[in-house]
Amino acid sequence: MIDIVAEMFSYAFLVRAIVVGLLVSLCAALLGVSLVLKRYSMIGDGLSHVGFGSLAIATAMNAAPLIVSIPVVVLTAFLLLRVSENSKIKGDAAIALISTSSMAIGVVTISLTTGMNTDVCNYMFGSILAMSRGDVSLSVALAVMVMTLFVLFYNKIFAVTFDENFARATGVNVGLYNMLIAFLTAITIVLGMRMMGAMLISSLITFPALTSMRVCKKFRTVTICSGFISVICFFVGVVISYLYATPTGASVVIMNIMAFLLFWAISSIAKIIKRRKNA
Amino acid sequence: MALVTCRDASFSYEGNTAVSGLNFEVERGDYLCIVGENGSGKSTLIKGLLRLKTPLSGSVSMSNGLKANEIGYLPQQTAAQKDFPASAYEVILSGRLSRLGILPFYSRADKTAAEENMKRLSIENLRNRCYRELSGGQQQRVLLARALCATKKLLILDEPVAGLDPVITRELYSEIDKINREIGLTIIMVSHDIQSAAQYATHILHLRTEQVFFGTAAEYTASSVGARFLGGERR
Repeated sequence: MIDIVAEMFSYAFLVRAIVVGLLVSLCAALLGVSLVLKRYSMIGDGLSHVGFGSLAIATAMNAAPLIVSIPVVVLTAFLLLRVSENSKIKGDAAIALISTSSMAIGVVTISLTTGMNTDVCNYMFGSILAMSRGDVSLSVALAVMVMTLFVLFYNKIFAVTFDENFARATGVNVGLYNMLIAFLTAITIVLGMRMMGAMLISSLITFPALTSMRVCKKFRTVTICSGFISVICFFVGVVISYLYATPTGASVVIMNIMAFLLFWAISSIAKIIKRRKNA
Repeated sequence: MALVTCRDASFSYEGNTAVSGLNFEVERGDYLCIVGENGSGKSTLIKGLLRLKTPLSGSVSMSNGLKANEIGYLPQQTAAQKDFPASAYEVILSGRLSRLGILPFYSRADKTAAEENMKRLSIENLRNRCYRELSGGQQQRVLLARALCATKKLLILDEPVAGLDPVITRELYSEIDKINREIGLTIIMVSHDIQSAAQYATHILHLRTEQVFFGTAAEYTASSVGARFLGGERR
C-alpha cells in the first residue's frame, strides 16, 4: 500500500491532482452540510452543468478555463438563489431549465469547434490529467479562501441554515450570507469539476454531509466529520483509480457510496441496540 | 412613548389586503395577545412588527432605541428543522448572532447568556441533546431560550403552543408569564387559545382581516366580541 502511494507521488501531475482534489473535497464537504440542510443540493448539480457549458465555450475561445468559468458560475449561483427564493417558476424547475440549457449549449459548442472527441468525455466524467501548474496555484489559493471564509462565517452560516426567519427577524443580513454560501459553492464546483466531471461533482457536496448526518448529532461534529469523510474518500478513490485504471471521479463517488452505506449500517445497529436497552 | 405604535396600518399578502385598520399601542411591560381565526391576518401582522413586511398604508413605529437586534422571536417551526442535526446549545447560542456584528465568533458574554437562559427555562439537561430528538415541548423551550438570548426588550411569539399537549401548554404559558413579570420583557403573542390569552395577557387585539377589538383583557371579556369568542370556544 505504502509502495503504491509512494509510486503515485513520484508523478508530478498526480501530486498536483491530489493536492487540489483534497482541498476541493474538503471545501465541498463543509459547504455541503449547509446546502443539504437548506434543501439546496440541486443547486450544486445545476451549477456543475453550467460549468460544463462555460468550460466548453472557454475551450472554443482558447481562453483559460478557470478564468471564464468562475464568473459565469458565480453569477448563475446568485441567479438560482434568487429564483428559488421568489419566483413564479419554482426553484427545482428553474434549476432543471438552466442546467439542461447550458449542457446543450456546451455540447453544441464543442461539436462545432473541436468535434465530439475525448474532451467531451473528460469534461463529463473528469480527468486526473486536467490540472496544469497554473491551475494548481489558482485552485489552492481559491480553496484556501473558501475554507477561511467558511470558518470566519461558520456561526452565521449555522444560524441562516437553521432558521432564516429568526435570523432575519433579529436583524441579521440573511441575503448576504445566502449569497456568500452560493458564491463559495460556485467556486468549489468550478475547481473540482474538471477532475470529478460535470456529472459527478455535486456528489462531493451531498454525500459527505448525508453520510455524517447518519451518525453525528451536532452541527459542528457533522461539519467536521463530513470534512474527514470527504478527504478520506477522495484519497482512497484516487488510489483505486490509479490501481485499476478506473475514472477518478467515478471511483471517488463509489467510495462515498460505500462510506454512506457503512455509516447508515452503524446508525441502524446503534438504534437497534438502544431499543433493546430501553425495552 | 409606547414601545410599538400602529397607526391606521394595513398589510397585504400577495396583492390582497390581509389585514387593515390597525390602531394599537404596546407599552413597555405589556403582554399583548393577538387572537382571531385562521386567515384573519395574525401572521401577516407579526411579519409587519418584525419589519419583514412594510405596511401598505399607515405606519408601524418602534420607540427610539428599539432596534431589530433587540427583538426576540419565536417562529413557527419549519419542516426542515424537524430533522436538523444540531445540539440544543448550538441552537440557543445562535440567538446571540445579531449581537456579533462583523465579529466571527461568540464571546464569553454570549456563552454566559446562553447558559443563563437555559437555566431560566430549566433545560440545562438538554444542552448536548440533538434538537431533532427532543419532544415538541422541549423544542419550544429551546427556541424560547434562543429568543431570550436575542432580546432584552420585546419578545414576539407566533403560536408557541401549537401542537403541544395540555400539560406542556400550561407549563409553557406560565414560563412566558414569568418572563413577562420577572424580567419585565414586553410580550406580543399570537394564539388560538383564547382562554389562556384572556387569563395571562394584559391586552388583547382581536383581528378579523381588520381590527375588531383592542383593549385590556378585562375589557375584552366584558365586550360583546370577547364574550362571543370566549363563549364559542368554551362550547
